Amino acid sequence: MLKILIGATTAALMATTAMAADFKPAVIFDMGGKFDKSFNEGVWNGVKKFIDETGTEVMEFEVTNEAQREQAMRRMVRRGATVVLGVGFAQADAINAVAGDNPDVDFAIIDVSWLDQPNLRQYAFKEHEGSYLVGVAAAMASESNTVGFVGGMDIPLIRKFACGYVQGVKETNPDATVIEVMTGTTPAAWNDPTKGAELAQSQMDRGADVIYHAAGGTGLGVIRAVADKGKLAIGVDSNQNGIAPGSVLTSMLKRVDVAAYDTLKSAMEGKFESGVNVLGLAEDGVDWALDDNNKDLVNAEMIAEVKAARAAIIAGDIVVHNYDNDGECPAEFEKRAISASLSADDITSEIKALSARLDELESMLK
Amino acid sequence: MTRLPAWIEYLLIPIMNLALAFAVAAIVVMLIGESPIDALTVMINGAFVYEGALGYTLYYTTSLIFTGLAVSVAFHASLFNIGAEGQAYLGGLGALLVALALQDWLPIILMIPLCIIGAAAFGALWALIPGWLQAYRGSHIVITTIMFNFIGAGIMVGLLSGSLMRPGQSNPESLLFEDSARMPQLHSLLGELGIEIGRSPLNLSIVFAAFACFGVWLLIWRTRWGYALRAMGASEPAAHYAGVPVPRMIVTAMCISGALAGMMAINTVMGDQGKVTLGFPAGFGFTGIAVALMGRSHPVGIILAALLFGALLQGGSELDFEFQTITREMVLLIQGLIILFSGALSLMFVPWMERRFARKEIA
Repeated sequence: MLKILIGATTAALMATTAMAADFKPAVIFDMGGKFDKSFNEGVWNGVKKFIDETGTEVMEFEVTNEAQREQAMRRMVRRGATVVLGVGFAQADAINAVAGDNPDVDFAIIDVSWLDQPNLRQYAFKEHEGSYLVGVAAAMASESNTVGFVGGMDIPLIRKFACGYVQGVKETNPDATVIEVMTGTTPAAWNDPTKGAELAQSQMDRGADVIYHAAGGTGLGVIRAVADKGKLAIGVDSNQNGIAPGSVLTSMLKRVDVAAYDTLKSAMEGKFESGVNVLGLAEDGVDWALDDNNKDLVNAEMIAEVKAARAAIIAGDIVVHNYDNDGECPAEFEKRAISASLSADDITSEIKALSARLDELESMLK
Repeated sequence: MTRLPAWIEYLLIPIMNLALAFAVAAIVVMLIGESPIDALTVMINGAFVYEGALGYTLYYTTSLIFTGLAVSVAFHASLFNIGAEGQAYLGGLGALLVALALQDWLPIILMIPLCIIGAAAFGALWALIPGWLQAYRGSHIVITTIMFNFIGAGIMVGLLSGSLMRPGQSNPESLLFEDSARMPQLHSLLGELGIEIGRSPLNLSIVFAAFACFGVWLLIWRTRWGYALRAMGASEPAAHYAGVPVPRMIVTAMCISGALAGMMAINTVMGDQGKVTLGFPAGFGFTGIAVALMGRSHPVGIILAALLFGALLQGGSELDFEFQTITREMVLLIQGLIILFSGALSLMFVPWMERRFARKEIA
């Protein structure tokens, strides 16, 4: 009996050591690519921190079309991955299918909260809460009583950012005007800094002096244009205060890096837990950024106000409306759904370039 | 000018272009410190040999055949349809609407043709408007089709994040196709017959793609309409003088082109994803232009070019898997080189060949 028990313990011990030795993490980045200056890069930062600390090799893949998501996950599993991290809600259906087929492998996904698999860990963020905070800061910093919002692609997630922001602004200063604009309707809207700068410029022309962006790489153009004019920008996802020190009021932090790091770390230590993690202000999943770069831009009054709002949200005294719940935003704001992107000159030069190209192609065809 | 023998024009020159592209790509791979032989082996294995690899290659090929054919039909009329991307996108909407309306009542044998008709009709509609504007108002087709790509993207985002969005989740994507409206995948079909093949999204759409190739060949080279179309493509005033109703031909050609592009949706939407997702054409509409150019706008050429691009796509993603140093940007670079040498510089060897073979003919 004792012998069997010892045998069993040794076997169990060996299994644990074997698992630790076989620990093979994999990350599937989504279409933006891992250096998208935004969401995927945030995950990459967490993964990189994990690699630097532990020296573990992490398998990675960047998908370029729909079919590759499931393919990449299955491929990682076949190559012996013990934990697979998916990035972004576009991978939800793929990870759901693959996790269901591979109950022995751990899976995790960021920005998803609605799936149900026993071996799947899900992270979602209360972006509306973080956006509310920077909205409070924007309303206090604005002298013109007009603030702006530049979104990336016009999808519900970004409207959720905008909606939280508008609520924060309006709650702090009911007379303030918020100008909202989305960059476009194709994924190119995430990576168009030139257009970001144009949109920011047009908002500044209309009086905005603080502009919050949730537009990935496009937002870098927003920050640059705003800095050139001596106005204030608000960064997103990671701490962007340092991009233009003195011109970035604060940043809305969304700690996808922490989520990625925690997932890999806990899996490595054998403490992986499945389930849904919805991270808001209370869980430090979202926050606003205060550091040396913006300490001269925020005064004590502003800090006090934002901290009060933060505490009230955590305590439940302020409930920030979540756009995801009903697809509507209670706060009112001036909305220009999609920007008019091309000027007459742009169109003329575009047409010229295209017809030259057309002639070339036609002659090639003949 | 001497005409080159067919085997040189259609076989030797493309092979030389391809070899040159691979040679330059090999230098790039060497520069980043990997072995080009290893990389090529991985690419070939990844495209054809690994389990399920051939399935993925053919799956991509299917999409590219549809968009390549679409672009080629317009090419024959001297029309440059760069709106295949948007037409495919809208085609997905057409298939989706048919599926949502009827999938609970009709059996799969009726649903598949109906959804295909839906996809083709919406694709055709999205090409009809630019075609009409070109034919009757003189708006350049390049400008209008590219603008329609954006309008299409706008409509789809609006619908997918609005009324057609699947509830209970936050990804802008449509409701699901039921099994009755899905294109059966080959691995499950063959699985039922007892033949095991690797899992891949390859589905029955490839059969429809083959029919489409044959249909286009028949239409362009074996009908009066096709003859009139090619005459118009060669010289519009001459065709007009000969009694070809030019404006109507333009509109019809664009509709056929759009319908073919729209049918690309049946491969991705009905065959693989089972839903319409944001930006699902993923550039295949634009790659279709390269496919049509490389395939000299002939169905056989298009099949070969689509196969090449499909293999590059699938083999290229394997490179990304196998080598940490080769990122997807590198893969894109290699694909770009091949397009550059076999598309844009495809005539580079022609003068040299002509000198060489012309001399022989004289002697």
